[in-house]
Amino acid sequence: MNAVDNSAGTALRGHIKICQLARGFTDKDGNGISVIEDCSVEFEPGLLNVVMGKSGCGKSTLAYLVAGYLNPDRGSIEIDGREVTGPGSDRIMVFQETALWPWMTVTDNVIFGPLVRNALPKSEAKEKAEALLERFGLIDFKDKYPGQLSGGMKRRAEIAQALINSPDIMILDEPFRGLDVMTRELLQEYYLQLFEDTQLTTLFITSELEEALFLADRLYVMSEAPDNIDQVIEVDLPRPRSFEVTTTERYLELKQIAMNHLYAGAEELM
Amino acid sequence: MRHKLLQQRFGLMWLGYLVAIFAWYASVKWLPISSFQRLPDPLTVVIEWFNPDPDYGLSVFTVDYYLHIWYSTARATTSFLLAVMLGVPLGIMMGWRARVHEYASALLSILRPIPPLAWVPVAILIFPGSEPAVIFVTFLVAFFATTMNTLLGVRSIDSDYFRAAECLGAKPADILRDIIIPGALPSIFTGLQIAMGAAWFSLVAGEMIAAQYGLGFMILESYNLVQYPTIVIMMVTLGIVGYLSSAIIRVVGNRLMRWREQSLGLAGA
Repeated sequence: MNAVDNSAGTALRGHIKICQLARGFTDKDGNGISVIEDCSVEFEPGLLNVVMGKSGCGKSTLAYLVAGYLNPDRGSIEIDGREVTGPGSDRIMVFQETALWPWMTVTDNVIFGPLVRNALPKSEAKEKAEALLERFGLIDFKDKYPGQLSGGMKRRAEIAQALINSPDIMILDEPFRGLDVMTRELLQEYYLQLFEDTQLTTLFITSELEEALFLADRLYVMSEAPDNIDQVIEVDLPRPRSFEVTTTERYLELKQIAMNHLYAGAEELM
Repeated sequence: MRHKLLQQRFGLMWLGYLVAIFAWYASVKWLPISSFQRLPDPLTVVIEWFNPDPDYGLSVFTVDYYLHIWYSTARATTSFLLAVMLGVPLGIMMGWRARVHEYASALLSILRPIPPLAWVPVAILIFPGSEPAVIFVTFLVAFFATTMNTLLGVRSIDSDYFRAAECLGAKPADILRDIIIPGALPSIFTGLQIAMGAAWFSLVAGEMIAAQYGLGFMILESYNLVQYPTIVIMMVTLGIVGYLSSAIIRVVGNRLMRWREQSLGLAGA
């Protein structure tokens, strides 16, 4: 738990406390489907928390609940002691599908948040945006439209769009899905580096075990719907990490543990 | 390569015109049907059109010719602008706020199928003079086309775009200005093109029934006065003016939606 110890003095923000959470949906035929049931979990601030599970297990629902786009049927979500009642710029969500507005240039997309909240004057927001775009290797594309960017560039621009708001929590819902392997690995490294520099509390949703282990401080394994998070794995791989970490013995051990958890439920079903 | 392709397209365009003009000439001159022979042939029309001293009083050299164009254009533009000013906001509100949609959609779906000409008698009854009546009838069709396409445009905006904006702290005014309007713009402009076309369509019909000037009025008037070349001149003029008006809308739309052109341009490269 290096991350927490290192920063004990700086009062990290973004402590997410989920209590007895339940949320269901009604399908076309009017049947209630429970997606999350009786889920209690805490995500500590300053950690890269990865929630992992097979598709359809309610991971995205959890992310939407924390982001405030959905309301829980029962239970509560508290962030730093305040209950979540709706979306807020203290938690920024990066979407599965890109949500950059195609009619704005990259810079305009990035400065949208600070401008609509009157948080920064335009010139200052632009400066800040350019610094972020520089960091993400997008400075030459600042006046382009999203349609002119590649998939990987769009995700980077989205992360810049989120970061400019200095959120307490980043929520990433399978952000690198649908990218090719190379781009994906590149972006994982980008995000990892960013996290290691900023210790920004992160809730990262993924369905890929390798991605989860490579990034996570803690890995929360979610089982089939309707269910909750039933296993927490401490990913005690040293930071800063590079892809070499994936060849270490500890990584392989952790992978085995996680696989056992993931398939434990599957065997019962068969 | 590109140059050659353009040349080819240009050639085909003129070939199309030539075939049409030839078919017209042939049907007037050679078709053994007497009623077709009442029609003026292309040459007669062109001579009349560019005659400094026209036989029937209208050519590019007469003031009246431009007066008719002016009247029609002014009516079409007025109706079109009214339709945009009322239709776009209504469409946006219907797409954005479910309540407005509930109020308006049932009424619109009854009114929309009523052909514009069916409104003419009512329009003449309720408006003082024929001018507002013609404009009203023209406005109606353009209004429906604008409203429906704007509504469609707002509805087609990806809900993630709204979520992302809300998440970043956008207020309703920001969402309207930065998400809804630009997001619906492609559809709105499709609607405006349709609206302009529909406006000319019902304008001409309206002018034939209740006007003293204008291209539509002149077409019927020339028919009554047996000035057949003038009918064709007015028809071709309508075609040109109608084409120009939708070309203007297209140019304005492309300017406002440069992001689309650029994105698509790169995708094609």
